[in-house]
Amino acid sequence: MRRSAYPLKADTLKKIRRRERAIKVLLYSFLFITALPIIIGYSWLFLNSFSERLVYGLIPEQLTLKNWSFLWKPPSPYYPSLWRTFANTLILGLGMVIAVVGISTPAAYVLSRMKFPGRIEILAGTLILHSFPGITLLISLYYVLRTLGLLNTVVGVFLVKAGLMMPFAIWVMKGFFDGIPWDVERAALVDGATRFQTWYKVMLPQVKPGIGAISIFAFLSGWSEYIYVITFIHDKRSWTLSSYVNSIIGDYRFLDYGLLASTALFYMLPVLVFFLFAQRYLLQVSIGGMKGGG
Amino acid sequence: MLLFLSPAIITVLVFYVVPAILTVTMALTNMDYRFQWNFIGLGNFRRMLNDFLLPGILRVTFLYVIGTLGIFNVTFGLILALVTTSVGERAGRFFRSLWLLPRFTPPVVYGIIWLWILDPTKHGLLNSVRVAMGLRPVDWILNYPLGVIIVTNGIIGASFGMLIFTAAIRSIPRELHWAARVDGAGLFQDIRYITLPQIRWPILFVTAYQTLSLLTSYEYILIITKGGPYFASTVWALYTYNLCFGGYYAPYQFGYGSAMALVLVIIGLIAAITYWRVFRFRAMMAEPLIEVV
Repeated sequence: MRRSAYPLKADTLKKIRRRERAIKVLLYSFLFITALPIIIGYSWLFLNSFSERLVYGLIPEQLTLKNWSFLWKPPSPYYPSLWRTFANTLILGLGMVIAVVGISTPAAYVLSRMKFPGRIEILAGTLILHSFPGITLLISLYYVLRTLGLLNTVVGVFLVKAGLMMPFAIWVMKGFFDGIPWDVERAALVDGATRFQTWYKVMLPQVKPGIGAISIFAFLSGWSEYIYVITFIHDKRSWTLSSYVNSIIGDYRFLDYGLLASTALFYMLPVLVFFLFAQRYLLQVSIGGMKGGG
Repeated sequence: MLLFLSPAIITVLVFYVVPAILTVTMALTNMDYRFQWNFIGLGNFRRMLNDFLLPGILRVTFLYVIGTLGIFNVTFGLILALVTTSVGERAGRFFRSLWLLPRFTPPVVYGIIWLWILDPTKHGLLNSVRVAMGLRPVDWILNYPLGVIIVTNGIIGASFGMLIFTAAIRSIPRELHWAARVDGAGLFQDIRYITLPQIRWPILFVTAYQTLSLLTSYEYILIITKGGPYFASTVWALYTYNLCFGGYYAPYQFGYGSAMALVLVIIGLIAAITYWRVFRFRAMMAEPLIEVV
């Protein structure tokens, strides 16, 4: 009798293969079905903003651009100019970037490279604060901003947000500085550069990926901010897109889903761009930076 | 050196230390919209004991945290990590990115999507399905407030566990899986006896970390249900917020609100220090450098 080279019979092998394929199909359908709320939700946003009406909730009936008329004409006189609001949001995002990068990078360098009394304490402090939920301080931050006269200003919001993000940013940047070998820095010092020159000309270029990652993260976090904006800013001249879209929800929720969808999509565009093209960057730091959102 | 360090120290002082001290002090006053410092001792804490809304709010908070954590942040996050690492590399990466999208979406935009899905009229997604099947539309938020806040927060929360677990699963030596398979283990036995024991530390970490996140975050609840109907989806943190800035009959109760917030601040501080001790946060923080998507 001829014996197979495998200890398993051919049809058993086939059975196993079939079972493995069945499991694969099962896994893929599981992934697809559980992701449906996300897929449908975001497709709706897109479809609804460009169509007159959706049948069965999702099939566009007539394409139109009228939902986008808010770009040149406010939906009602009550609303501030969209482009002013847009500029405020941009300032909030960029302000975050400047404050976070500008303050955390030098501090992280010192904490990574220099020995001084209190260093360990500062490091432990940043670490503990990193996981401390800053949002619980909202009420007293309101008081602080009121005292400083920064209520109703975009500057107030980005200062608060940058402050709360600082421990995280310092920690990430310190990680990047830690990764640069001493020899690089020593070579610069031996060649006669001052400490500051070394930092500026030799070290900073080396941590560019870190600065990039933190910048994107800070920008998106400022751009998307909701709670601090609606709490600290009521004056329409300082509204950001969060307040704008929030008001659209309040005023048009059951009346005009087209407007809701297109303002939301407009607000989301930069986020989408970063999400599609800078995801790797974003993910390098995002795990450490995620707090809210349950 | 001082020049390099002082801006950071000042920001941390102004935005962490001062507010923390203020929270404690304000909790001892009955400060309202006039911002006057009338100290009333422990009055706010006595009021807390007599607040007839609090038992209900505690119940909602408890169910919300346990429910979201148990169903989504840990369990579903783990399932996503296991499944996306079992299918092909590209497909896995695609689905992981998809699950991350809600996390990076501005909260109001995410809220709008859910307001449409849950719309009580026939125009909402769920109700248009019901209408197509010949059923009457349902007001989802009115009928299932707790379910709504658990699902909407869970869909965002699941991605945190997913990323941490994916990184952890990736770091398990392959030989262990091979050995198990050679010994005759099937897929589920492999997961049960090899994968899970290897990632129990990350599971513990995600559980602890996300408990705190869930206790203190409320913006999606604020946007989607506003804590209603009545107080049916109001969690502790949202109640605190609404006492000060919300639409209750008497907002701007900064004194009482601070006392409520103080409870969260203390929980947060204890938790943060515990993480640091237990999980050697040093090691955890190295993790963001692992690319998982």
